[in-house]
Amino acid sequence: MSYPSGGYAKYGPEPWQQTSWDWRAAGNFVCGGAGSGLIVFATLAEAQGTALALLMLAGLALVGLGLFCVSLELGRPLRALNVYRNPLTSWMGREAWTATTLFPAGLAAAWGVPGFAWLAAALALAFVFCQARLLQAAKGIPAWREPLVVPLLVTTGLAEGAGIFFALAPWHRTGTLWLLFGFGALVLLRVLVWLAYRRNLANPIAPAATAALDRAGRALQLAGTLAPLVLIAAIALGAVSGAATAWVAAVAGLAVAAAGAYTKYTLITGAGFNQGFALAHLPIRGARAE
Amino acid sequence: MTRWAMVADLRRCVGCQTCTAACRQANATPPGVQWRRVLDMEFGEYPNVRRSFVPVGCQHCDNPPCMDVCPTTATRKRADGIVTIDYDLCIGCAYCAVACPYQARHKAMRAGFAYGKAMENETKRRDDTRLAVATKCTFCVDRIDDGLARGLRPGVDHEATPACVNACITQTLQFGDLDDPQSNVSQLVAENQHFRMHEELGTGPGFYYIWDAKEALR
Repeated sequence: MSYPSGGYAKYGPEPWQQTSWDWRAAGNFVCGGAGSGLIVFATLAEAQGTALALLMLAGLALVGLGLFCVSLELGRPLRALNVYRNPLTSWMGREAWTATTLFPAGLAAAWGVPGFAWLAAALALAFVFCQARLLQAAKGIPAWREPLVVPLLVTTGLAEGAGIFFALAPWHRTGTLWLLFGFGALVLLRVLVWLAYRRNLANPIAPAATAALDRAGRALQLAGTLAPLVLIAAIALGAVSGAATAWVAAVAGLAVAAAGAYTKYTLITGAGFNQGFALAHLPIRGARAE
Repeated sequence: MTRWAMVADLRRCVGCQTCTAACRQANATPPGVQWRRVLDMEFGEYPNVRRSFVPVGCQHCDNPPCMDVCPTTATRKRADGIVTIDYDLCIGCAYCAVACPYQARHKAMRAGFAYGKAMENETKRRDDTRLAVATKCTFCVDRIDDGLARGLRPGVDHEATPACVNACITQTLQFGDLDDPQSNVSQLVAENQHFRMHEELGTGPGFYYIWDAKEALR
């Protein structure tokens, strides 16, 4: 628990929303995941030259922005380098080490050094996996420790990155129709993972956490899945053609990225209820019931 | 080997919060930060209502999730089971706070005082190394170590025993070596039915809650 203003915390047996991580931590998951996904998708699209450089730099900037957000939450930011001390057991330590290798690899790829784009993509994938495991290791929060949060964060990160890739398509003009179909498949996979995650959380979390997740789930399913899939289908069926294709894909990409970001933000700041306290048995005092 | 552990006999606790006050006095924690606190829990519906007072705090787990997630190695577990925090290493990321299923960790960003302005005792005991980092119950580890160095027995000799246990007016709280079959805590655990909080998470808490005598001993 954190007390930013020296205030008093509410203690009690009922679960309550954790106050240790707020929008700053959420920003790391949102930006870090999207940046990693963008690097992966730029590599898969085999972007070249200036387009590759700009997409790589945009991906790295997003990852950097996420890390900057989380650095704002550190109580002792001047000791931030201590984060490297425990990669053996801490996923936060592993995330830091992965980010440290991702940046030079991404910069080399942006510079045009052959082979580094794939290395950067592999490290970006590792980075988003570290983020997902980081959240799952938070045993105090039922909505986070659910094992399906790992594929959820990985697929949302990749889908958001892909969404940003297509949102920028009118400018970088790379990507194929097959890549767009791959994007659609990823969006579909994301919502399936979401539904499985949500089903696994059926009982053990606080009602307020459930309500927050359901709000985010509706946005994810409608604005983040249904709407973009309709747009992708319109492109696939030839209802959109020519220069408009890139713009329609851009709208689909934006919807996917925005809905994913909202879902992750909600997961951290709205569904982060602890499990409170529970007694396995009540104390037996005085006369026993017959 | 030694495994320091605490036992709370829920049949005895009256919710007086003396342990909380003693902990705050011994460890000079700021307002709002209670390393040892007592929950007032109600169960059932009128007229069948039951009430229970439950001391909680760091459970000094066998497998502390707070230690595994700590990126700085500030959180460690000693061979005797006590989970500690090195305030000079901690970066205040609060990862341990969300990893702890017992809400035992606290992070105060600024110094806080009971009446707004620091009183003399608060000024004397102010410790800025504990600001903006994670803090929690230490089982009064300094008292234990100092007592052991002087040949005292933690859980038996007051000077070597956690402040909350010393202060408990009903002897709800007991402290001792779980690896010593003759210790007070070993005997209490052996003679009574007990549970540990959120044990299903695999944390192996070093804090036992007694709720009834064993059937054969009633």
